[in-house]
Amino acid sequence: MPKNVAIIASGQTNHTSRRKDVNIPEMIREAVDRALTDAELTIDDIDAVVIGNMEHFEGINLSDMWASEGSGAVMKPCMKIATGGTTGTSVAAGAYYHCASGLFDTVLAIGWEKLSESDTTAGIITAFDPIVERLTLAGAIGGLAIEANLYMTTYGLSQEHFAKAAVMARKNAQNNPHAHLKHDLTVEMVLNSPMIAYPIHYLDMCPTSDGACAVIFASEDRARRLCPRPAWIKAAVCRHNHPYIGDVWWDRSTLESAAIEAYKIAGITNPRKELDVIELYDPASYALVAWIQHLHICGPGEGGKLIDDGSITMEGDIPVNPSGGVISTNPIGATALIRVAEAALQIQGKAGARQVEGAKTALATGFGGSYWNEVFILSDRL
Amino acid sequence: MNQEPLEKPLYINLHARLPYAYSAGRYVSRFLIALRDECKILATKCERCSIVLTPPRLVCNQCYGPMKEFVEVGPQGRLATFSVINFPFIDPFTGVERPVPYGYAIIQLDGCSNRFPHFLRETDLSRLRIGQRVQAVFKPDGERTGAVTDISHFEIIEP
Ligand SMILES: [Zn+2]
Repeated sequence: MPKNVAIIASGQTNHTSRRKDVNIPEMIREAVDRALTDAELTIDDIDAVVIGNMEHFEGINLSDMWASEGSGAVMKPCMKIATGGTTGTSVAAGAYYHCASGLFDTVLAIGWEKLSESDTTAGIITAFDPIVERLTLAGAIGGLAIEANLYMTTYGLSQEHFAKAAVMARKNAQNNPHAHLKHDLTVEMVLNSPMIAYPIHYLDMCPTSDGACAVIFASEDRARRLCPRPAWIKAAVCRHNHPYIGDVWWDRSTLESAAIEAYKIAGITNPRKELDVIELYDPASYALVAWIQHLHICGPGEGGKLIDDGSITMEGDIPVNPSGGVISTNPIGATALIRVAEAALQIQGKAGARQVEGAKTALATGFGGSYWNEVFILSDRL
Repeated sequence: MNQEPLEKPLYINLHARLPYAYSAGRYVSRFLIALRDECKILATKCERCSIVLTPPRLVCNQCYGPMKEFVEVGPQGRLATFSVINFPFIDPFTGVERPVPYGYAIIQLDGCSNRFPHFLRETDLSRLRIGQRVQAVFKPDGERTGAVTDISHFEIIEP
């Protein structure tokens, strides 16, 4: 049987487009220091470090070695986990497994990226089959655009629905001191911004950010001793996918499969009622609209309705991305860990101006690779 | 010594040229040679569940069964979905910006179970819709090298 595990603390940098003032280890150190301060611990209290970023983005492949002084991993067990967009949820899962196994009591999970240091789209293309699929790929944007087009066509939605999601996310981001983009947008501004890859406009897309996130996981005994209100991990589920874009199809969703399994483990039968807040990995505005159905918060094609009727705004019954989400902040290796950290902050009641009042159960997702997903469910009680 | 943090730390540009070489493997090699020598798109058929997948491969992506039989698919099909790419980015094949706009098509080839991504010549959105018939256009004899670029693009064959 796995041991119970909780998140007891987290720290983030103030994510922005270009952190020229720090190098990679210095940037990571900022997030780690903030997490340790939050937990009232020192690096000596950390038993192991799990760290990850997106390989190829900075041209540094042995990032766990390169960053070991910033991460605090020197003379400790350290494991790098790199799964692309899901790296953040994978390092969270790695830290969770470390503690749940009973082998470690206090584990530091770190996700980071400095996207300003190379070409993000070129970096993403190198993740795919060099002989068959790199030729036509336009990184994440092209891959997302083809799903957005299919979703829009299948359910008869308009680009306006996606624009509304972009407006909502950037508005939520204004409450988050760590968020990158906090613009006051209108639907017209989104629709009038350049069409970068049909049907995705410039303002529909996530930014490229520099930033790091650090989260401290602890076994049950340690969590109870160290933290008055830990965020307990109820489920952590991963679903990978086929390697080729041509093999993936959206009638078989890795997000839905992971969510169903996570609900089963966490004992959730009515997610719309039982979840208080969702941190969804939304790389573009359409994803926020389209992927809610895979979490069984609404029926097929009804994501647009949830935006229209306010259900998923901060005032709604199930706010999605109080943090502003990925389309407001995207240091890729940190991005999915930020979803988990933000979900934990909500459970801990430490989310400040973006706090969902009385949040007790939260869901966080990570998205990456060839449309694969990871789902976490956190709760205030075991 | 001045102990204040630097106002403007240095920012260093590095341009690396790193050559790579990849083994295409037995299955994909046969696929590439058929493109080059016969202008044919090959797929493999699963012995167990009969699914047909391109590019050809050793193992079925649905039932993990062996794929031994090569079959021809296409060269016509339907637009399963598409986009028109307008933003500039570095092409890791060439190290320089890929020309835009270009049509990005996900094609359901006739006789094939999965889909095939390639370039679409048409970039006028008013002339594109999901479900349209398309056809592969091969490069002329003498210009094909045994690469997916031996198909230069797909073109729309119905309005
Ligand atoms: Zn099969």
